[in-house]
Amino acid sequence: MEDAVDIIAVLVPIALLALAFATGKVLERRHYQSIAERERKLVAVPAVTCETLDDERPVQQVELAVGSVVVSADYFKRFLMGFRKIVGGEIRSYSSVIDRARREAIVRMKESCPRAHMFLNCRLETSSISGGSGRGIGFVEIVAYSTAVTFKA
Amino acid sequence: MILTNVETVPGKTIVEHYGLVQGSTIRAKHIGRDILAGLKNIVGGELKGYTELLVEARKQATERMVAQAHELGANAVINVRYSTASVAQGAAEILAYGTAVKVV
Repeated sequence: MEDAVDIIAVLVPIALLALAFATGKVLERRHYQSIAERERKLVAVPAVTCETLDDERPVQQVELAVGSVVVSADYFKRFLMGFRKIVGGEIRSYSSVIDRARREAIVRMKESCPRAHMFLNCRLETSSISGGSGRGIGFVEIVAYSTAVTFKA
Repeated sequence: MILTNVETVPGKTIVEHYGLVQGSTIRAKHIGRDILAGLKNIVGGELKGYTELLVEARKQATERMVAQAHELGANAVINVRYSTASVAQGAAEILAYGTAVKVV
């Protein structure tokens, strides 16, 4: 009986790791594909960090554009971080999660104003909403916001 | 109401300043969403429930800021900033603030 409990105790985390590794990887690749595709479509509409408009065209409309996303790392990535914490250095598995989220937030911000020609003063904000329970990064929210400018045709 | 996060309203001139306006909301997590998020946490990626929750909260904070600006007689809020803070375990405050102005 005790052996069975031991086996289950070992098997469950391994199964979770395998599941997280496989699905996490597939989901990440798909997400990157979708981001790259949408970024290509929106490449002609720049999001800049400058505050002043370097354009002589008359402005038709300005509005605030906001895009946000909440992400978390998968179980496998958290497991990897446990090792990384021993030797230090860059946690690549987490970098990709945040990078994906940030690019997604920018794309969403741009998509929220489809008629805009330019996004001025783009700001990025990152905040952890896990409530400081101390388990890894928990959930991270990324917000991108800027002033969307539409020129007169 | 025109909102911008730059110090001017492109294409318009500011004629009057009314000072700082702000709006905020404190939101707690929903237990059902929390359980779903816990499951989603295994495979990672976006937690749509939380994204929606915070989008909603941000919208409300913005509305409150706009209402305050409206009371002052402003027709635009410039230099809008957002900030998120975790005020308690499982609750987040969303704050929006800016400068209320009149533009022509």
